[in-house]
Amino acid sequence: MKPKKYLNPYLGGVLLGLVLLSANFISGRGLGASGAIKSCIVTATTIISPSSAQTSGFIKEYTEKHTGNPMKNWLVFEMLGVLVGGFLSGAIAGRLKFKVEHSPKITSRKRLIMALIGGVLFGWGSQLGRGCTSGSALSGMAVLSLGGFITMMAIFGTAFALAYFFRKNWI
Amino acid sequence: MGPLAVNEIISENTNLFLAFIIGIGFGFVLEQSGFSSSRKLAGVFYGYDMVVLKVFFTGAITAMLGLLFFSLFGWVDLGLVYINPTYLSSAILGGVVMGAGFIMGGYCPGTSFCGASIGKVDGMVFIVGLFIGVAIFGGGYPIWEKLYWAQDLGSPKISKSLGLSDGVFALLLILVALAMFWVADWAEKKFPREEY
Repeated sequence: MKPKKYLNPYLGGVLLGLVLLSANFISGRGLGASGAIKSCIVTATTIISPSSAQTSGFIKEYTEKHTGNPMKNWLVFEMLGVLVGGFLSGAIAGRLKFKVEHSPKITSRKRLIMALIGGVLFGWGSQLGRGCTSGSALSGMAVLSLGGFITMMAIFGTAFALAYFFRKNWI
Repeated sequence: MGPLAVNEIISENTNLFLAFIIGIGFGFVLEQSGFSSSRKLAGVFYGYDMVVLKVFFTGAITAMLGLLFFSLFGWVDLGLVYINPTYLSSAILGGVVMGAGFIMGGYCPGTSFCGASIGKVDGMVFIVGLFIGVAIFGGGYPIWEKLYWAQDLGSPKISKSLGLSDGVFALLLILVALAMFWVADWAEKKFPREEY
């Protein structure tokens, strides 16, 4: 089956905005992604090495703000939903397929190495920046947070500035 | 009335259940818009596919206007909605590192989960990277702890920082977005494009 076309981007944007608006109306907070990974890391550290978890400033800072089980967290449930929602959309559109997506100019192996490095950088940056494209930039902009706009410009500005050096990976 | 969870109109467990439903909507819309494809996402940085810019700004503006109107109608107390705090150094530096991750990895965290959900192996590997990155940040926390807390500006609104009312800022942002959409359409015509 030939995959269906993507949604009109402006309609997609309005729908994304409505999802974000409902998050704010229902839960008083925006969307996010990297925070769910933080919850997993905090949980894993507490299980694997309780002693280092007790001395870690990173985990202490987290548990001071969040009480209870770090996996019983808004973002963890939301991100599980993202996996389900993405899968449903892909199933309806006929896009479910195991695939390494890359420019014909590079190998799958190179694409995967770059994806890993990119993920490490994005993961690290999202912790320093207190949220990623969803939590800090998109959700921050919707509530007019100054930091949200600054982070958004830093993310897109840097990627744009570096685009020339990585053009073979994409074009 | 709103936010429902903060005003305890719904219970904590209902809130978590609704987080799951909201996530389904989030993932569904991202995938339908093409955000499960790294080459489509990266297009915004080369001009061949500007879907990221269009969806991202339309989304932010829709939610922003919705919140402003909801507040005007008395449906939501904006004082109870979480406003991301601004720590200037970490907001900029974190963003710069994320930007480098974006152009190298082709995804951001939310879109990588979306890509992984339909079988994109590069998305799955990106997620592995995210876990490593967050763990490195946590493990080396004392090294960058000072930077993390530097230049605390509180939770200022950009409208206030610019000396504008929320409404005037919203109008300006819409005009800026319209100008960017016009440039985006020009770029897509200028640079060759294929469907991925």
